[in-house]
Amino acid sequence: MPELIVSPSPHLRNDVSIEKIMYSVIIALIPTTACGVYFFGVHVLYVIITCILSALFTEYVALRLMGRKFVMDGSAVITGLLLALCLPPGLPLWMAAIGAAFAIAFAKCAFGGLGHNIFNPALVGRAFLMASWPVAMTTWTKPLTYDAITTATPLGLWKMQNIATPPINLALGNVSGCIGETSALAILIGGVFLIAKRYIDWRIPLSYIGTVGILMLILGQDPLFHILAGGLFLGAFFMATEYVTTPITSKGRIIFGVGAGVIVVVIRLIGGYPGGVCFSILLMNAFTPLIDRHVRPRVYGVKRKSFFVSSANR
Amino acid sequence: MKQLDELTKGVFKYNPIFYLVLGLCPLLAVSTRVDNALGMSLGVFFVLVSSNVIISLFRHWIPSQVRIPCFIVVIASFVTIVELFMHGYAPELHERLGIYLPLIVVNCIILGRAEAFASKKPVFDSFLDAIGMSIGFTLGIVGIALCREALSTGKIAIFGYTIIPTFTPSPSVMMLLPPGAFLTIGVIMALINYRSIRKEGR
Repeated sequence: MPELIVSPSPHLRNDVSIEKIMYSVIIALIPTTACGVYFFGVHVLYVIITCILSALFTEYVALRLMGRKFVMDGSAVITGLLLALCLPPGLPLWMAAIGAAFAIAFAKCAFGGLGHNIFNPALVGRAFLMASWPVAMTTWTKPLTYDAITTATPLGLWKMQNIATPPINLALGNVSGCIGETSALAILIGGVFLIAKRYIDWRIPLSYIGTVGILMLILGQDPLFHILAGGLFLGAFFMATEYVTTPITSKGRIIFGVGAGVIVVVIRLIGGYPGGVCFSILLMNAFTPLIDRHVRPRVYGVKRKSFFVSSANR
Repeated sequence: MKQLDELTKGVFKYNPIFYLVLGLCPLLAVSTRVDNALGMSLGVFFVLVSSNVIISLFRHWIPSQVRIPCFIVVIASFVTIVELFMHGYAPELHERLGIYLPLIVVNCIILGRAEAFASKKPVFDSFLDAIGMSIGFTLGIVGIALCREALSTGKIAIFGYTIIPTFTPSPSVMMLLPPGAFLTIGVIMALINYRSIRKEGR
């Protein structure tokens, strides 16, 4: 006799699981990863593998300490991969390993594991490495040379010497920078794939990148350069869209994207760092509970709140 | 053995840093180097013991409406003594501790012990309590300073003597900054709680 399952609504059936989404994200990151390896050589591959292994190992140890079972749901792999993609290509492997371990242990497991983290773990790992080893974290390899010729990133060049890199280079990826932020086109392919599969919401990347572009246009900067340079694309498609650390409502997500965009513009134009994507997303992560509390969807059946009606009723 | 309890409770069971979570301001600022931490804990030791004894002696004469100002006056006098003494005899340490030396006045451990213990208990108990709490504070701050100095400079040197030679060429700058202190406190606290939870579970 089949069991009668009584459960509260919604009675929707979908085969989407955590594993499925996570592995789709990994597939979406393949073009970006391939671009990184192509432009910066095989050391990049070692950095990526180190980060993933270190993230998995840390998650295993942390979950064992917490008395939980380790589940291979791919989230630690994503954290490791995303962290590796926002590291400089020539970073020593032990630093990458410490960064990934820190990201998992302190940003994810210390808050209670998958689904409970307040901040994006990969970005916390990056911020930690940035604060710990600032010199190693800002040593950039020249693309396609495959040895240790250091150079400035497009944003660094723009900030220090006022040299603009042609947008075509930024789109294809023939520029120095973090492993995953070279080619905007490769990131766009992966991002569109995820949006088409409806795993991520288009509102966050659009409002985030759009805000940066429009504000830069208003402030007299080259909007195309600022959209394509730095980690904006990587952050907008893969980090600002993480489920746990971003608002759940559509309106809240637009607020999130606009806020992060404003912070990026402020950091790039006024701040000390050339790029501000990492900190902008981390700061907006902190605001996410606040946004969620204030932007609530209308309860079904309740009349739309009109300003005039509500003030007349008072 | 009740009086021995007054001494040992501050060291382990009610450790002012990891259990009561008091006095974090000097802890964050001064625990970057082990010798700074030792200097600070010496200062706290002297002020805590003296103020606890004095406040306990006068506990029947201090009107409870104005007890906090009275405590502060007593504590501030001893802090001034420590500051002038260090300025005269250890100017280098005085320079490094800087503003955090006079700020011992507002160290919550000292005011907290005066309010919670010395103003209610006999002199000898207060004396033991202050010694226990000072040892607990010293253990905490020196332990944290050991971690932070080792990780942020790659070696440990106390008053010019190298205890641990350089073991890493590129130490972490962040451990020198306040986040490093918070992280160290958090990790040690987590380990202590982990141990005590496991003990209770057994």
